[in-house]
Amino acid sequence: MFKFLLKGILRDHHRSLFPIVIVVLGVSLTVLAHCWINGILGDMIDFNAKYSTGHVKIVTNGYEDNMDQMPVELALGNVDELLAKVRKDYPKMEWVERIRFGGLIDAPDNKGETRAQGPALGLAVDLLSPDTKEVERLNINKSIVRGKSPEKNGEILISDELADKLKVIPGQIVTLMTSTMYGSMAMQNYIVSGTIKFGVTAMDKGAMILDITDAKYVMDMQDEVSEILGYFSNGIYNNVSATTVQNRFNAAYKDSTGEFAPVMLKLRDQNELASMLDYISRMISIFISVFVLAMSIVLWNAGLLGGLRRYGEMGLRLAIGEFKGRVYRSLIYESVIVGFIGSAIGTIIGLGAAFYLQEVGLDFSDLMQNATVLWPGVFRAKITLPAYYIGFIPGLISTVIGTMLSGIGIYKRQTAQLFKELET
Amino acid sequence: MDNSNIIQIENMWKQFPMGGGKFTALENINLTFGKGEFAGLVGPSGSGKTTLLNIIGSLDVPTKGSTIILDKSISDLTHKEAAQLRNHHLGFIFQTYNLLPVYTVFENVEYPLLLLDYTSDERHKAVLDALEWVGLSDKEKSRPAQLSGGESQRVAIARAMVKRPEIVLADEPTANLDAENSHHILQMMEKLNKELETTFIFATHDEKVIKYIRRKISLLDGKIEKDEHLEMGDRRPETGDGRPETGGRA
Ligand SMILES: Nc1ncnc2c1ncn2[C@@H]1O[C@H](COP(=O)(O)OP(=O)(O)OP(=O)(O)O)[C@@H](O)[C@H]1O
Ligand SMILES: [Mg+2]
Repeated sequence: MFKFLLKGILRDHHRSLFPIVIVVLGVSLTVLAHCWINGILGDMIDFNAKYSTGHVKIVTNGYEDNMDQMPVELALGNVDELLAKVRKDYPKMEWVERIRFGGLIDAPDNKGETRAQGPALGLAVDLLSPDTKEVERLNINKSIVRGKSPEKNGEILISDELADKLKVIPGQIVTLMTSTMYGSMAMQNYIVSGTIKFGVTAMDKGAMILDITDAKYVMDMQDEVSEILGYFSNGIYNNVSATTVQNRFNAAYKDSTGEFAPVMLKLRDQNELASMLDYISRMISIFISVFVLAMSIVLWNAGLLGGLRRYGEMGLRLAIGEFKGRVYRSLIYESVIVGFIGSAIGTIIGLGAAFYLQEVGLDFSDLMQNATVLWPGVFRAKITLPAYYIGFIPGLISTVIGTMLSGIGIYKRQTAQLFKELET
Repeated sequence: MDNSNIIQIENMWKQFPMGGGKFTALENINLTFGKGEFAGLVGPSGSGKTTLLNIIGSLDVPTKGSTIILDKSISDLTHKEAAQLRNHHLGFIFQTYNLLPVYTVFENVEYPLLLLDYTSDERHKAVLDALEWVGLSDKEKSRPAQLSGGESQRVAIARAMVKRPEIVLADEPTANLDAENSHHILQMMEKLNKELETTFIFATHDEKVIKYIRRKISLLDGKIEKDEHLEMGDRRPETGDGRPETGGRA
């Protein structure tokens, strides 16, 4: 019987072509949207984790409340002890020190007078320890546009855009003006060893990357640092594990209060990421539901038209003794076959388009100038395992629902009318 | 109950609701058919031929009285049981062939067997036999659109006959055919009737059909006016075989 249905579908283009085209359209768009949103989301999480939030992050209570302003005066104290403790308690995670700070970079002329000046977003990481993973984590070597990565203290990287603005080239000296953690003014000269472009709009505007020891020095920090970031060793954010770690850490410190008490945040809690992620996953579900609905309605109508065309066939089948449930079911089987074929084709097309967007991407950096979340400048799709089957959900559901609705007419057929209907 | 009768209709009425009241389409029908009959329901338009054929075919139920088909009371069957009765024991032939256009001749004839427990080998053999009966062995791969009207109706006959049903019901089977094709398919059905002892019941007002039938049941306004066993002389001489007629009420 399956063979029989399949033959019917393949030979009757009216029966198969339109529904398949609809399913192909809907499925390919679903697959593409899925891959694209996934890619953007994945990149966003990845960038934020690497450059800003960590998978978890330890800061002080006071720092947490004003994180946007990166207040170095609210840095964590006793960092060596704290680091030793988390490294012992969570040995599978990697823990690193970070300082983020704001400042001004001043490019002097050859007399030492200010030639150009611009605001900079300082990010101090461990660049120089022999076994540091931060250079790799921040993808520094691949992001260098001109010059090279710092090799010793006193060397920094600045964003290529900022370098252009200040007309600074690698090898030249710039002056950083910022404040110490005690609030006094601090100035320090550095050699720009290279310029950098991460592909993250917020950072490419004015980032300055320097070694953590240089930053501690200029900010008068001893055993202090503003953030300790923790990473899962596989590099992938897992909200469940992060929550476990977070709860355990915060429970241990629940008795310490005051603005210098340490507190752990997870990635989702930072930079509006939680609401952003929720928003995006809601959008995905709405998107897919709307597609299923729209496709079901279209296919329902297509089924009704098909039903008119196949009125005689259905009547004949009822007359020769196929009972209604069986005729109905065979229509559903047909719709599953059609849905499957359409979904398979749609998935292939959707994956093809997604592959293109994965390799090439679309450049939205102009739109991202003022984003607080670290959005990737180029939106790329990402093909993940679910992309291979996710399209079958709307594809099959909509064809089956469409057919179930349009096929109800079979139950309304009066067998008593069949002879008359079949005569005309 | 007389067991030699495969169809037994007693005091059967069929009424349709109409406006506030009822329209009587069949009135107190008493009829029996035995195995192997070749009978026609004859009468003017609106006399109730199709309605009666519908009830015999378990497509409709009588309003009053009893209709027993192959020991089953039509009134008591569920939809599914009625479908099963049609499926196993009844064949239908329509004025407008009603072949499934996407399937080949072979597949059209095979279709009823897919609803029954035939193995694929049994189906294959049965379909080839049926196509041979109607002389279309060479057309098994054709599509309905490639066939003439006469050939299409022969496919429909093969489809009705392939499961060797006890009863074949044919409503105006020749209405769309020219004289030559009409004679051709009537001869074919007559032959099958004799070889397989299948009971054929026609609803018709076609004189050509009336020449072939051996029993003529005349309906008028829903009543049986006459039920005649036709003499050889009424029919084309070459088809007479003189076998005894059964089950008539004169
Ligand atoms: N479902 C129905 N509802 C109401 N009246 C009906 C219905 N079916 C048939 N009738 C009426 O019953 C009468 C008999 O109809 P039937 O179709 O049996 O006639 P017929 O002898 O087959 O005619 P024809 O030669 O034109 O096919 C007609 O008057 C018809 O209008
Ligand atoms: Mg009629």
